[in-house]
Amino acid sequence: MTDQVPTLEVVDLATHFFTKAGIVKAVDGVSFSVGAGEVVGLVGESGSGKTVTGFSIVGLVDPPGKVVSGSIRLKGEDLVHANAERLREIRGNQVAMIFQDPMMTLNPVLRIDTQMIEAVRAHRELNRAAAREVARNALGQVGIPSPNERLKAYPHQLSGGMRQRVAIAIAFVNKPDLIIADEPTTALDVTIQAQIIHEAQTLCRQTGTALIWITHDLAVVAGLADRICVMYAGRIVEAGPSDDVLDRPMHPYTAGLIGSVPTHNKRGERLRQIPGMTPSLLNLPPGCAFRSRCANAQSNCQQTPDETTPFDGRRLRCHHPMTAIERQP
Amino acid sequence: MTAMIETHDLSKDFVKKLDFAGKIATHLGADLHEQVVRAVDRVHLGVEKGEVVGLVGESGCGKSTLGRMVAGILAPTSGHVFFNGEDYAELSGPQARRAQLAVQMIFQDPYASLNPRHRVETIVGEAPLVHGLASKSGLADYVDDILKRVGLDPECKRRYPHQFSGGQRQRLGIARALAVKPDFLVCDEAIAALDVSIQAQVLNLFMDLREEFDLTYLFISHDLSVVEHISDRVVIMYLGRVVEVAPTEVLFEQPNHPYAAALLAEIPRLDQRKRQFKPIEGEIPSPIHPPSGCHFHPRCPHAFARCQSEVPALQKIAPGRYAACHLNDEPTPKNE
Repeated sequence: MTDQVPTLEVVDLATHFFTKAGIVKAVDGVSFSVGAGEVVGLVGESGSGKTVTGFSIVGLVDPPGKVVSGSIRLKGEDLVHANAERLREIRGNQVAMIFQDPMMTLNPVLRIDTQMIEAVRAHRELNRAAAREVARNALGQVGIPSPNERLKAYPHQLSGGMRQRVAIAIAFVNKPDLIIADEPTTALDVTIQAQIIHEAQTLCRQTGTALIWITHDLAVVAGLADRICVMYAGRIVEAGPSDDVLDRPMHPYTAGLIGSVPTHNKRGERLRQIPGMTPSLLNLPPGCAFRSRCANAQSNCQQTPDETTPFDGRRLRCHHPMTAIERQP
Repeated sequence: MTAMIETHDLSKDFVKKLDFAGKIATHLGADLHEQVVRAVDRVHLGVEKGEVVGLVGESGCGKSTLGRMVAGILAPTSGHVFFNGEDYAELSGPQARRAQLAVQMIFQDPYASLNPRHRVETIVGEAPLVHGLASKSGLADYVDDILKRVGLDPECKRRYPHQFSGGQRQRLGIARALAVKPDFLVCDEAIAALDVSIQAQVLNLFMDLREEFDLTYLFISHDLSVVEHISDRVVIMYLGRVVEVAPTEVLFEQPNHPYAAALLAEIPRLDQRKRQFKPIEGEIPSPIHPPSGCHFHPRCPHAFARCQSEVPALQKIAPGRYAACHLNDEPTPKNE
């Protein structure tokens, strides 16, 4: 694996928003890579920069936002400095994105077939009939019953789960190298969520597509991801293999997140909570952004912790990581 | 002992009336009918004093509608809601007002349920002043006290709702409900919109308040792990009907109804790693044309002929446990 070029490599990415009130460092020095067929979970609360990271990769950051530094390489190709035309070629073909609200991807006044055929023909030289066939197969793959009839439907005629499936089908239709899924199941019911995760999981295994699953729900990525990156205030504070991170969290924030999941606590007892709330990214003071909520914080936390590699495969940004004793419930 | 809240055969229909063109069309002989959605279908529910009952189901199953009827916001189409043994519909005057104040509701989106043009002191203080729970002179102290109890700084009572974060706004919604000294709180997806770390804080607050004020909760949520944590008993709904009622521990160990079992299997859990998701097939059918018989039969792996024709009744299957499934009548125990 290591000698191959990863599907996606993000190094030191920084995306800032230049607002009237000041510079918002939404993403501030994020590095990670995704290999073919790998599922990476990008976990964080609202405002942690996980969505902006996804948007930066596909070049969808609008002004006043701007990728100010760092590099994004898709199979070795630089995306940060790619021109608009090249990005158009890549988007929908090599990289696809699935959004939380499928109505963001679907045009409400066009039928599903029109939209899917357009997506296919934008990147492949096929006639309409052949493109329609590709679209029909894609719908079948994501578990939509009677795809022929569904192709003729408008988005509003489908349920939320069905719409999200169509969005996933469109994402997979050109067999991309990378899919970025931004909270695709947050708005759905548990049974539908399980179905969607199942479809995405199977498709990635079959096609070797790399998947970045952006979510705030640790429990979802626990069952899905190979590796987890935990984001806080624009930085990846901890990253590593899923099992490893969930069983032996080293950053106090990761440990706090895991501890506050109800199933990890005894029934009826108080949940272990992280005090305070996520800081505003506007004019964030230097130092560890988590220090005001952290039980381990000491004076040297006023300096920004550098990324360390405590052991192979694990990355950490913390001056005072959790020890094995502290992790015991 | 009478339950604090009890519903008998409670139903709610939502009717989509024919529009003008539709009325003309029917005059001319077109076969158009009003569309009726039975959101809640003859539900019996009892909540004892001091209990936390979790109400679980997927979207469209009628859990919010049931909650609203219990809170007295929606009038039922048929059936009764009893508060401390008295029928809501038969109460009038001061008695009715007392019953209304005693049952309060907390909503999912606190921003939608708080008046954006009122200051915190008005939002929290208006109802107790109107209902005579606080005097005009004592109101400031009363509001301060309530705010402190939900973990908000009384200093911020001159602020407007938009000046708070999501978690604080939810605390504000709780403060508004607590201000009229209720006995019973209906929490409708009260923590669903919050971040994970804030969810834990608000959930802890609910548990603290329960002890402090001796509250009873109907906790409506789609998040089973939250319900498992906070509830004493769990009620599971599917398409307007209650399919299973059981004490939390028993239910999570051994669900009886196939839908309950499927729902439990689908919760993503931290301790389940890299699993192959095997979801239940299909989606919730449209409530406008629900399936005949047992609503769950098109998705049920154990369905047999009787499930298509006959509606299963909610039966007692063990002390404190009820389930609506024909499989319980079968002489042979069902094998998985």
